Amino acid sequence: MLRAPVREASRGQLGHFQAGIRPLDTQRRGEQLQSERIVGKPVFRKEGLAKVLGAARYVDDISLPGMIFGATVRSAVPRGRVRSIEYGPGIPWDEFTIVTAKDIPGHNYVALISNDWPCLADGFVNHPQEPILLLAHPDRHLLPLAVGAVKIEYEELPSVHSIEESESGTTVVWGEDNILKSYLLEKGDVDAAFREPGILIIEGEYTTGAQEHLYIENNGAIAAYSELEGVTFWGSLQCPFYAHKALMAVTGLPEDKVRVIQVETGGAFGGKEDYPSMIGAHAALLAMKSGHPVKIIYDRMEDMAATTKRHPSRARHRTAVTKDGRLLAADIDFCLDGGAYSTLSSTVLSRATIHSGGAYYWPNIRVRSKAYATNTPPHGAFRGFGAPQALFATERHMDRVAKAAGLTPEEFRRRNLLRTGETTSTGQEIRQQIDLPGWMERALDHAGYYEKKAQFDRQNPDSLHKKGIGFAVFLHGSGFTGSGERYLNSLVGVDATADGRIRVLVSSTEFGQGTNTILCQIAAEALGVDYDVVEMAPADTSIVPNSGPTVASRTAMVVGRLVHSAATGLKQTLIASGLLSETYKTNELQNAARAYIATHGALCSMSRYEAPPDVYWDDQKYSGEAYAAFAWAAYVAEVTVDLTTYSVTVDDFVALQEVGRVLNPVLATGQIEGGVAQAIGYALYEKVAWDRGLMKNNQMTNYIIPTSQDQPKIRVFFEEVPFEFGAYGAKGIGELPMDGPAPAILNAIAHATGEEFNAIPLLPEDIAERLAMRAAVAAEMAAV
Amino acid sequence: MTRLLDVLRHDLALTGTKEGCGEGECGSCSVMLNGVLINSCLVPVAQADGADIVTIEGVCGQEKLNRVQQAFLECGGAQCGICTPGMILATLHLFDRHPHPTQEQIQEGLNGNLCRCTGYMRIFAAAEKAASSDSGAIG
Repeated sequence: MLRAPVREASRGQLGHFQAGIRPLDTQRRGEQLQSERIVGKPVFRKEGLAKVLGAARYVDDISLPGMIFGATVRSAVPRGRVRSIEYGPGIPWDEFTIVTAKDIPGHNYVALISNDWPCLADGFVNHPQEPILLLAHPDRHLLPLAVGAVKIEYEELPSVHSIEESESGTTVVWGEDNILKSYLLEKGDVDAAFREPGILIIEGEYTTGAQEHLYIENNGAIAAYSELEGVTFWGSLQCPFYAHKALMAVTGLPEDKVRVIQVETGGAFGGKEDYPSMIGAHAALLAMKSGHPVKIIYDRMEDMAATTKRHPSRARHRTAVTKDGRLLAADIDFCLDGGAYSTLSSTVLSRATIHSGGAYYWPNIRVRSKAYATNTPPHGAFRGFGAPQALFATERHMDRVAKAAGLTPEEFRRRNLLRTGETTSTGQEIRQQIDLPGWMERALDHAGYYEKKAQFDRQNPDSLHKKGIGFAVFLHGSGFTGSGERYLNSLVGVDATADGRIRVLVSSTEFGQGTNTILCQIAAEALGVDYDVVEMAPADTSIVPNSGPTVASRTAMVVGRLVHSAATGLKQTLIASGLLSETYKTNELQNAARAYIATHGALCSMSRYEAPPDVYWDDQKYSGEAYAAFAWAAYVAEVTVDLTTYSVTVDDFVALQEVGRVLNPVLATGQIEGGVAQAIGYALYEKVAWDRGLMKNNQMTNYIIPTSQDQPKIRVFFEEVPFEFGAYGAKGIGELPMDGPAPAILNAIAHATGEEFNAIPLLPEDIAERLAMRAAVAAEMAAV
Repeated sequence: MTRLLDVLRHDLALTGTKEGCGEGECGSCSVMLNGVLINSCLVPVAQADGADIVTIEGVCGQEKLNRVQQAFLECGGAQCGICTPGMILATLHLFDRHPHPTQEQIQEGLNGNLCRCTGYMRIFAAAEKAASSDSGAIG
């Protein structure tokens, strides 16, 4: 039984934050973990000074000489043919640059996985807000008027707006059968298991709605074109090389004539993984045709209505459990609504499929999953990437399975959570020393679970404020699925400048989560120099190598590991050259670097990804090592359900997770807190009101996210079981906190009210409807 | 109609004040107008005639950071940074009214500024730290 102590990273939200960190007294393993000079310390955010000064420059803070402004004319219908386009009166059209699909020099698609996503609609539209044409003009304020003056006539065609409609096949809007992607995951013999005598079978259906990223900085792009330099795109984005690939395809320009530069990015959460390729392509097309740099900035309403959201989902669980509460088999049907084009649906579905098994040992499991096309703006990446949807269903379902088996939720988990040496739903053996029951127990203990449960059970009958406490135990795979990291083949560099500064060269971007800081910490630690002399090279595709996209909770674990080896290589080069001795101070290394560069011209050390040994993945059978590592967590939510207003408040929240290594406690805690807040929104506040594919509540006024006053106390605890192949033992943490809160909260609501709610977002009106219905039924029965 | 926000960002090139929503919901355009925290996206510039405006560019001294800025750095109050200018001004405005605010007062004082990254916890910690700090007034 693992005895790694817990490190409490925050003491309530208003305890004075501890600037220092207690020395780690876990059992250390591996030569990486010997020093704690910079890694593990709460050093200041690398670009923090600029941010607190208000000096950080985001896309809309930048102006170029001769720059004009761009805007997008979008479809008003969900599906149909474009019959005519007229440019209405009152606008000086001759002053405008107008770009349609006909103007695209290269291919008319935004390259991602499949190439079915049009850059501009060419006579046919498949969702409301689909871009049809682009306008540019020097007067930014004239553009919205011009957009409104473009009159488009459509021949509307039948459209599809839900998983059920798409599934029925009555109207086919994509491919042969509306199915963007499907998977079959199988382990053991599910059908035989369901025929076993004496088992209990529990079924359930769980649904999740769309979620809007609501980064506070809207999507924006600046593009410029010259024959000499080609296209340059400055963007608010996560993945410079994704945009690079997409712009090459749209412009037809070669690799060295496309340059993508990430500028300071005001939040992303996955919403700037794929979409920047679209807005960047639009700005580039306008720049090429107008001969001017072009800036496109979406306003909030356009960003909410037109860009990607989290995939809605529907999960149907059928579970066989033995009389003594052991899981025997699962038969799971899992569907996503992908929107009008495939974009990232295949990979979101993949992660959802694999995470459907949750943190449990299944002797037999089958997951049949499909992503369906609907006439909605395509859904895309959003923190968690299919896992929040899948784990919501699984963790809600497990509470109901426990109940059916006559066990408490915690006893049921004890009997079924994965242990070291057991295999996951893809047959992956858990090699790390994990202690899920122990971590669950610790989280429950921090939350005061047992006392509160008993207390609430006593107090609830006499109160209109029903209190409840519930939890979820879950996992999140770090890095790309299966053979994904091999395919990415990431390349990283660490170099020195002629004046002796050290730079990290990666295409991994900062958008608040702490990339700059942790990668500089790792480089400084590995080089044995001060944190302050290490900086990030600009995230510019003409300067940095492709270290892969900044997604999938891979940056600390995978890219950080490569930074470590590149930095080590640089140090070894200097020592081998005789310019540096084995032990040295920071300025001595800098002097050696300067001397080396004076002789050799440059000093740069590169490191290429290598997969850990004994790792195999079968893409056909969907089995094997799905992820290099998993992070594990147990989250506990305490709620009050007010039976007068039917509103739910989260009063206290405990988030305990095992993450390999905490590279920076302030940043790591901030990631968990932010993710929990976003997931509370996902569960209780954030509802997209759809009208045939159009988001009707596309404003901050009526799409509600938590404010400072809605914030419960979030208490964060970290466990560390260092992962051998991650930077200083680190695994990914960015997405993990998105997976647990929604099921924990709904489990707590079930405890509070005795009602099983299985759909999110769960709004007061939904609770009111169910409880009013329950009261009506009770009244009817009493009258009999 | 030109808003105060447009004049600040375009005419005066003071880009520290941001536009997040254009409808007075997110607070990233917050500035002080005659000592009151307002959303500059909702103020027609004519309404600001003769007013004393303080933006994020005006809160730090020449030599050292304002205590709120320092606390944000120490406590991790800024992640992506886009809400940070407005949040810092809101915190300063809170201190004008409550020099030693309680937890409730901090949460209420910042409720006009949305943050999507932090979950607010590090921001509360920064506000508490700055309130108890005796370093650095404005200027």
